[in-house]
Amino acid sequence: MADVTAKGEKPEYLYWVGCAGAFDDRYQKVARAFSKILNHLGVSYAVLGKEESCTGDAAKRAGNEMLFQMQAMQNIEVLNSYEVKKIICTCPHCYNTLKNEYPDLGGNYEVINYTVFLDEMIRTGKLKLENNPFKGESITYHDPCYLGRGNGIYDAPRNVIKAVFGEVKEMKRARSFGLCCGAGGAQMFKEAEKGDKEVNIERTEEIIERKVDKVASACPFCMTMLTDGIKLKNKEAELQNIDIAEIIEKALNL
Amino acid sequence: MIKQILFIITLLITFGVFAYSVKRLWGFFSLTKPAYPIKNIGARISHTLNVAFGQTKIFRKPVIGLMHALVFWGFLVITLGSIEMVVDGVSGLDRAFASTGWFYDVVIASGDVFALLIIVFIKLFILRRMFLKIKRFTGVEMTAKANWDALLSLYFIGFLMVSLICFNMGYISSHPNGYEGVYPVSATLVNLFGWDFSLLQEPGWWVHLLLIFTFANYLPYSKHFHVFLSIPNVFLANLEPITKYPNLESITREVKLMLDPEAAYDESAEVARFGVKDIEDVSWKNYMDSLSCTQCGRCTDVCPANITGKLLSPRKIFVDLRKRMDEKGPLALAGKQDNKSLLRDYISEEEIWACTTCNACAQECPIDISHPNLIMDMRRYLVMEESAAPAGLNVMFANIENNGAPWQFSPEDRMKWAD
Ligand code: SF4
Ligand code: SF4
Repeated sequence: MADVTAKGEKPEYLYWVGCAGAFDDRYQKVARAFSKILNHLGVSYAVLGKEESCTGDAAKRAGNEMLFQMQAMQNIEVLNSYEVKKIICTCPHCYNTLKNEYPDLGGNYEVINYTVFLDEMIRTGKLKLENNPFKGESITYHDPCYLGRGNGIYDAPRNVIKAVFGEVKEMKRARSFGLCCGAGGAQMFKEAEKGDKEVNIERTEEIIERKVDKVASACPFCMTMLTDGIKLKNKEAELQNIDIAEIIEKALNL
Repeated sequence: MIKQILFIITLLITFGVFAYSVKRLWGFFSLTKPAYPIKNIGARISHTLNVAFGQTKIFRKPVIGLMHALVFWGFLVITLGSIEMVVDGVSGLDRAFASTGWFYDVVIASGDVFALLIIVFIKLFILRRMFLKIKRFTGVEMTAKANWDALLSLYFIGFLMVSLICFNMGYISSHPNGYEGVYPVSATLVNLFGWDFSLLQEPGWWVHLLLIFTFANYLPYSKHFHVFLSIPNVFLANLEPITKYPNLESITREVKLMLDPEAAYDESAEVARFGVKDIEDVSWKNYMDSLSCTQCGRCTDVCPANITGKLLSPRKIFVDLRKRMDEKGPLALAGKQDNKSLLRDYISEEEIWACTTCNACAQECPIDISHPNLIMDMRRYLVMEESAAPAGLNVMFANIENNGAPWQFSPEDRMKWAD
């Protein structure tokens, strides 16, 4: 962002990469896939790069409101200094925080989830999907809690999948009945409490039961939890976890 | 005339006892903190029509949902009939509302039909409770008393309906030359038996009204208080997206001060405590939620932590809050203390930390309770007042503070993904 601003340009969108997109080995691929799609579309966008900092979602949900608000105010200061209007997020936790919790602290932006953005691009014909590299494969979709239940985004990711796969094989617990991957609310960063099993195993078993070749997700935490679950169940050969952006990346052969 | 006087005395006693219960609860509410401001009345009305009167969330379980919805809608029409019975009792009139014509016929007729339906459903509900092992009806928070309370309420409702039909049948029999209103069920029964039921009218009337009065006064002490509170609770619900967790204003002030030391410090805004430890820290809405909770267990049923055998049960959080208020409320009002608290003595840290904030519970709750918000308020207390977070979280906090990311990576490397 600093670079483009120095050139006197004003990009239309800010792509909020999020900490997972920046640092998580697996999720970096998703960030890359999505930026390739943006380039392919010729969208004018920029990222904050080194100036981006954690939104504070996990800190807030772990009870550290002080840390959350420090993060929020600093991020808002940066965003406002660039006069950012529209933000696209891949991470639903960043999306939820920026969209719902930043406004009360002075951060008012149009925050867009990438699945909604992609759905829109496909519907308006800007994104043309002609070939299907996944021919003959079936897919299910795991709803991230912060996207679905939190913000009512159920159809957009499904529409994007359908545009390539033709069909989403729904699990028993889907949409607003969806089961958490087990990582939200800062669970990602701590040991799970004692129980009979881990939440991601419960969810993975459900996916395996559905007998599909792929499971699509739209969240870095879900990605980690489901991929771990699949590994633990030794199903990596027959079942892969793939992000919505990666589906489009493959379909466009980028 | 004697009947009228007797009835008015009963009615006054009923109101008296009820006023006492309300006053007691009002006192407890005075111990709590403010919640969000109640704005957007229009949106609230449509939300209430949808969720409360339309029973949309109840229908997430379609079969049992339909039964509950019919009982609820039946209750609404029957209540109109009961109001008339009370007016009749006070004024000595007979069928005071009959002049409303076709509307009267519709209300009375549907009340008569619903009474029968409700008897059938209540019977099924009772059998289900007694013989089916339904997981959400069990759990540590579901004491024997809670189960007994549920059954008692079901019997109350059942007998209310039986007495209503008896009264209707008696009324029909004692007016052989024509009567007010339409009674599809009772009239059929009278014709079927062909007997004279007129003796049933007076006892039917008294029993029905006395049951209502007793039930109404029993409710504030029972989980079936939701009969009164669920509609207002839905009306007062938080209409924001369920994953929006409100910012703590006291912190906003401090953070602003840290970022800009020039800002004026407002002494008057000093807060006693961050987060929730005990009943004085919860908002009136939290407490109202705890009183409105039907203990139906729909929340716990969908909770991923609970499903996978962890200690957390979202229902228990609100059952505990109500219990703790019953215990501490009277003491606090008398200016006394005990050495217990909601957190730890009722709700363990282990429960609090098991929540993924997935909001499945809040989504499912038919009366719009938000469990994760209260759970996170308790985390706030643990973290900001006691620094008692699990080790992994402290590492995460430190990473965010030092590196601007929950993992230990340098902000310098933030663009590596794009290489
Ligand atoms: S909190 Fe809601 S869903 Fe849970 S038991 Fe109470 S009423 Fe039912
Ligand atoms: S938000 Fe917490 S309490 Fe509610 S269902 Fe999810 S894990 Fe359970």
